[in-house]
Amino acid sequence: MTRHLKMDEPATNRLLDKLPSRLTGAPMDRPDGPLKVSGTATYAHEWQLDGKVFGVLARAPVSKGKLVRIDKSAIENLPGVLGVFSEERFLRNPAQGMANEAPEQGVSEISYFGQPIALVVAETFEQARHGAHRLELVCEAASDGVFDPEANNIAPEKPEDDQLDQGDLDKAMAEAAYTVDSTYRTPSHNSAAMEPHCAIASWEGDQLTLYASYQMIKFNVNELADSVGIEPEKVRIVSPYVGGGFGSKLGIAPEAVSAAIAAKELGRPVCVTLTRQQVFENVMRRSESRQRLRLAADKDGKLTGLGHECRVSNLPGESFHEPVLQATHFIYGGDNRRLGMEVARLNRMCAGSVRAPGEAIGMQVLENAMDELAHTSGIDPVELRKRNIPDAHPEEGTPYSSRPFAEALDEGAKRFGWNKRNPKPGQQREGEWLIGMGMAAAARVNILMESKARVILKEDGKAIVETDMTDIGTGTYAILTQVCADMLGLEPENIETRLGDSNFPKASGSGGSFGAASSGSSVYLACLDIRAELARRLGCEESELQLDSGQARGGSKSGSLTGLLAGEAIEAEGHIEPGETKEKVKQATYGSYFAEVAVNAVTGETRVRRMLGVFGAGRILNRKTATSQCYGGMTWGIGMALHEAMEFDMRDGHVVNNDLAEYHIPVNLDVPQLDVVLLEERDDWASPIQAKGLGELGLCGAGAAITNAIFNATGVRVYDYPATLDKILDGLPELDMV
Amino acid sequence: MRPFDYHRSENAGDAVKAAAGDGALFIAGGTNLLDLMKLDLMTPSRLVDINRIGLNDVTQTEEGGLSIGALVTNSDCAADARIRKDYEVLSRAILAGASGQLRNKATTGGNLCQRTRCYYFYDPDMACNKRKPGSGCSAIGGANRIHAILGASDECIATYPGDMAVAMSALDAEVVIEGEGGETRTIPVRDFHRLPGDRPDQDNILEPGELITHVTLPAPAKGRHIYRKVRDRASYAFALVSVAAIVEMDAGRIASASLAFGGLAHKPWHDPAIEDLLTGEAPSEALFDKAADILLADAKGQGQNDFKIPLARRTLKAVLREATGERS
Repeated sequence: MTRHLKMDEPATNRLLDKLPSRLTGAPMDRPDGPLKVSGTATYAHEWQLDGKVFGVLARAPVSKGKLVRIDKSAIENLPGVLGVFSEERFLRNPAQGMANEAPEQGVSEISYFGQPIALVVAETFEQARHGAHRLELVCEAASDGVFDPEANNIAPEKPEDDQLDQGDLDKAMAEAAYTVDSTYRTPSHNSAAMEPHCAIASWEGDQLTLYASYQMIKFNVNELADSVGIEPEKVRIVSPYVGGGFGSKLGIAPEAVSAAIAAKELGRPVCVTLTRQQVFENVMRRSESRQRLRLAADKDGKLTGLGHECRVSNLPGESFHEPVLQATHFIYGGDNRRLGMEVARLNRMCAGSVRAPGEAIGMQVLENAMDELAHTSGIDPVELRKRNIPDAHPEEGTPYSSRPFAEALDEGAKRFGWNKRNPKPGQQREGEWLIGMGMAAAARVNILMESKARVILKEDGKAIVETDMTDIGTGTYAILTQVCADMLGLEPENIETRLGDSNFPKASGSGGSFGAASSGSSVYLACLDIRAELARRLGCEESELQLDSGQARGGSKSGSLTGLLAGEAIEAEGHIEPGETKEKVKQATYGSYFAEVAVNAVTGETRVRRMLGVFGAGRILNRKTATSQCYGGMTWGIGMALHEAMEFDMRDGHVVNNDLAEYHIPVNLDVPQLDVVLLEERDDWASPIQAKGLGELGLCGAGAAITNAIFNATGVRVYDYPATLDKILDGLPELDMV
Repeated sequence: MRPFDYHRSENAGDAVKAAAGDGALFIAGGTNLLDLMKLDLMTPSRLVDINRIGLNDVTQTEEGGLSIGALVTNSDCAADARIRKDYEVLSRAILAGASGQLRNKATTGGNLCQRTRCYYFYDPDMACNKRKPGSGCSAIGGANRIHAILGASDECIATYPGDMAVAMSALDAEVVIEGEGGETRTIPVRDFHRLPGDRPDQDNILEPGELITHVTLPAPAKGRHIYRKVRDRASYAFALVSVAAIVEMDAGRIASASLAFGGLAHKPWHDPAIEDLLTGEAPSEALFDKAADILLADAKGQGQNDFKIPLARRTLKAVLREATGERS
């Protein structure tokens, strides 16, 4: 049995609001929580396979050039070393999300410093690492590497599908009552997931099993098969627990392919885990950006023109570019628009998806520019944004689906006490500390992806949910259990949700914030099918069926679930596909951030004192895990505003701060109590469960609330992220005044 | 990590004997050394484990000070009631560093030997005179936001990254060192760390095989104790600039002042001229500016770290203002 739905029409039925059990949305604890905190959830590195050996990747010591030869003499006789592997099937860099095929391969051409060139395999991890350090890679360095993303001697590419010229922005700027024309810079970021990337490859004959840490299993199977050169049917990937992804585990990566190649050759399972330094050198970075924002507004602060032109970078040949302009297209009006994208080709590690690609830095900078406009025009920042909420998509003319943007702004302002803010900068002082408030809007595109799940209602009245969907810490185990529990009228303890195995039906995977709504919809659909069968057996209309605590009722009929099952399980597959609703309306999620900061007038150190986020993302599937996602996003926002930056040596493009001591993410003391408000919302256009994506919304502008607060505190506008103290120091009051 | 021999000592005498010869290093908490070994940056052929040799007490000295055993952990040292009361600057400095977990393992002797956080020292494929003498200094002209503005050389611009030793420098503590034959020598902590000069591979004056057994604090210094650490995040970050200050006031004048600085140089920075200037004077902005002038007279930025010069000035002035009772 299969229930298929293509999302061509809004789902106005809202069945989940009518069921006797209302677990969906409740702050249910994660079923996998006890396993994780007791160390019994098996992460990639922990699979105990007989004969498992360890591989460590060796890095290219030049930024651009050719591999001449590998001198193995120094390591051939080292204890435990089993072999050195290096060949053209090795990956230059991870696959981009949903690539569905091998990324750039090969070791003979070196494109960035630290590119994985060889794999040393030994009986123990320590022996393998020793071997990797001793291995000599003889390389010929090229002299024409490009390391500066703003180098003027190399013409950037201009992707055709990411340019917009509508009306006449220059004219709008010339005629505007108020204008902003500012250029901001944001640095590269690394996802720095707690669990380093790891894969264990094991062969049985021509069948490859990969125990690994990946976000999108159905794509990863094809990417791995294509990389190794075997049929996808011969590949199984097992990834039930993922210790953080943030986009860094979207696509198949060098550790998996090198492990597979070595394991085949050695006839033993090979485990390849990246060191933390390799996580910084080999995993996708978020591109740095240069963003020019131009805003033209009339005397009421209404936008007449909007310009957002940016430059990002990537390795030669990579199709991905940071989609910085994504939310700029639809969040605010303004008839005259110029949005442009340039991509510089650099010899730095690959750029790809890092938490909220696009909006994370695009909204951050747009919301700084809006703050500048508010300051220039004297219009309150909240009010300014409300005045610029367009009636219809300013470029496409389409209507919006559910859009609680104004509500999020008002609710946030009310809860935060925004009316206590002095709009004049530098006015509030507590000892050495300058105090300020800032706000920003949140916006993120909403995406529904094709996804499948199987639900088995067993003879004993308990259920199993199976899908190759992943739980990257987001709460998938919880939310799929909750949807199933409501739909089948079961206690969550009687549902087993199994994830992250390519033997299960192919899900959306975790990415782009689409996992919960997409995989949740597939479980919903599978359950609908089971409900139809139960109604048939009971002898009632499907619409009449009530399932509650193992009992079925419908019309005048009733009976126990186990009685209806009569010793025979019911199995159904749910299959959701995006459809015409994505064209008919503009779907997105919205919110607001409010922050209060203290900036030290002596040193320029900034501390966030309190922070509020108000978010609308359709139906919330689990208030606890959803709130946690928002906490995480806002914490990213603090990091992006104040701390996080990959520092590159401009002479060779290598990342210098390649560990968690020097790549600064916020620590506990940097994060105050965060307040999160989730708005009650249903978006019928988005999915049959009225849910939209939430995960990434928490950081789509969050950093701007903080830097806007720094401006309010000090009068210093930081144009070069992050706002470390050296960027603020020059603008602080004279010391004698402190 | 290269294979190495391991020897566990039960007393200091055995430890210094076991460490004689090339390539041996002592290991205590291992919070820095193990990281460096894993990355192939330090490659001892032999580790002598000194965790069981005793030396983990804080005791009174005949001079009225304290003797801190080399194996006293940072956590225990910072929490010691006598240190909290009479050597507050030391307790504060230790608690400003690392994390609770690291401080539980890190020891007094080991912390003195903590190595620089220079990005290029930490990368085996980069030139670094400290790691590989004669290979060059990649930090000059490279990423050097965290590097030295005082006392650097053309060979090395790295900083000493710790906090504890900065407070010990302000306290004018002494380091007791035992050699292979069991003989001991005592060195002021202010002379323990070196400037890089043309031997940046030598962080301090320890000879191979020498063991730090104690750090001795003099009798308590009167006055206000301050440790101010300026860094890139609220915790768990190395100092960009730090100031340890002990300032005693008498009738509106500075009776004595002892100051040391972290994050500025290859060693905790101590300049007696600043203390001479301040002693006997009434606090004023002009005086504090003169103190900063002395501190920074020879300061030289490397580009990315130029901001440390005004930052050090501002931080020193704020610390002096706080220490002398004048508050904003």
